[in-house]
Amino acid sequence: MVHRLPRVLLTLVAVAFLVLFVVAPAVNVFAQALSKGARAYVSTFYAPRVQGQEKLPLKERRALSKEQAQAEKTRAAIRMTLGVAAVVVPLNVVFGVAAAWAIAKFRFRGRSLLVSLIDLPFSVSPVVAGLVFVLLMGRQGFFGRWATQFQWPDLASIYWKGFAESAWPVGAANWHSGVIFTPLAAVLASVFVTFPFVARSLIPLMESQGTDAEEAAITLGAGGLRTFWKVSLPNVKWGLLYGVVLCAARTMGEFGAVSVVSGHLDSNDTMPLRVEKLWNEYNTQAAFAVASLLALLAVVTLVLKTLAEWKTRAADE
Amino acid sequence: MTSSRRILPGFGPSLGFTLFYLTLLVLVPLGALFVKTSQLTWERFRETVTDPVVVSSYRLSFQASIAAAAINGVFGLVVAWVLVRYPFPGRRLLDAVVDFPFALPTAVAGLTFGSLYMRVPWIDAVRIGTWITRGINAVLSRTGVGTVSAEALSGLDEFRVIVMLVFVGLPFVVRTVQPVLQDFDPEVEQAAHSLGAGRWTVFRRLVFPHIFPAWVSGVALAFARAVGEYGSVIFVAGNIPGKSQIAPLQIITKLDDYRYAEATAIGVVLLSVSLAILLVINGLEWWARRHERA
Repeated sequence: MVHRLPRVLLTLVAVAFLVLFVVAPAVNVFAQALSKGARAYVSTFYAPRVQGQEKLPLKERRALSKEQAQAEKTRAAIRMTLGVAAVVVPLNVVFGVAAAWAIAKFRFRGRSLLVSLIDLPFSVSPVVAGLVFVLLMGRQGFFGRWATQFQWPDLASIYWKGFAESAWPVGAANWHSGVIFTPLAAVLASVFVTFPFVARSLIPLMESQGTDAEEAAITLGAGGLRTFWKVSLPNVKWGLLYGVVLCAARTMGEFGAVSVVSGHLDSNDTMPLRVEKLWNEYNTQAAFAVASLLALLAVVTLVLKTLAEWKTRAADE
Repeated sequence: MTSSRRILPGFGPSLGFTLFYLTLLVLVPLGALFVKTSQLTWERFRETVTDPVVVSSYRLSFQASIAAAAINGVFGLVVAWVLVRYPFPGRRLLDAVVDFPFALPTAVAGLTFGSLYMRVPWIDAVRIGTWITRGINAVLSRTGVGTVSAEALSGLDEFRVIVMLVFVGLPFVVRTVQPVLQDFDPEVEQAAHSLGAGRWTVFRRLVFPHIFPAWVSGVALAFARAVGEYGSVIFVAGNIPGKSQIAPLQIITKLDDYRYAEATAIGVVLLSVSLAILLVINGLEWWARRHERA
């Protein structure tokens, strides 16, 4: 019994630490989101017009239309988040695969420097990341003159009205100056913050698999691209999937960098920025409802990670 | 160059694209930061970065980050140890849970921690602040210093920021120590035990030196992440200028006032700290690899 004491004690400490710092806060998100019931939760995202709304007493009518306006803003933020991720993730996947191929399959000078450079966004404050894009693209920035004189489509202009008016993003006829405080700026900042994730999840995997299979394929007469599609990619598909999901989750959850380049405009709100605004408006339940979607995304990411590890381990054995 | 270079195609294009992307996205923007700062005169730069309000924000950022990294250093090691050495039901689940702070958006983390210091509607009694205070009081009452109240403690901005940063940095120590601990050969320990060494001696003399480089770089990573953290901390800190503002918030405040040069100066200080930490981590890894070979 004396022998087992440290073991029991340490296990208890570890479990208590994780429950206190991770599990309890995570449960709290969902508990608070549902604290006013399922109806309030749903109406955070979807509050349709009630039939005969105009005939209701003024007070009720005001409350209803306020709820509807808030839900519309939240939905616009969700569309914005998905839109940004739809641009950022493919860009970073292409980069991640190219970087992993060069780094994992070849030895060259400055290789470890390159790896450090890819890790850089992990240690740079997201606020600094946003700041550099303001410095580059802002009115007084290095490319500021070019950015403000060039005529941009609405998505990249400061006259962007957000997704509130329509789900279709581009007002084709409207071209204005801009870049900073626009969705394009949010895309650029997000690309910076999340580009390491795909590369990071592929490099160790591709490195451990070596180059034998590819060399065999090439020797047997397969072309480079064919080798990549038929040999390399299937071997790392779970790692790639995890990298993509992590990159997407991080893009959708990015706060600091996007906050700086959004200019605090409602039309540029992504879901995390919407969470902050709702919280500052003392609309706690709604803030948690939006946050619960993001937390769910985090849970999905973790499940996929566990699955990916399990699959690669199974493939190794 | 190895033979694989000659056989496998695609080295040129993939490396070229990688370098192009990195230059466009990392080197040019970060270069711009330094160029912009160099436009400031030295006096102006010094004035900006040593302004009392700014200095107090560094103090809060660095003190809280060091404290949080230290707490993670201890508890992260315990968690890694338990996850590697002690199989118990639910271990796999707990192992997955460790990554949660890494996957959860910072704004959501700040939101939930911020609300845990107030009354939680579902169970009134569950307040992390109260639990932690009870733990601290249990220690304090033995030393005879006296006790602190939960209200006073959670009223402290430092305390709230530290708790937040512990959450943010939690995966780093566990995930750097875990694989090294897994690789440690148990036979070495058994040999030491059979030679009469106690458990604690074995840990101190054999296991800890082995995992030390990984542990330090884990702590350093947690610290680097904590210094730059913004999204979660602004939800829990009071954000009062000169008292409870963190350094990244200073940048935002200056930017909102269109004081770009000053914002840049503070940004450069923060960036330099992160680069220095990165250098230390890389140095440590290099040192560990050299020791392994020797």
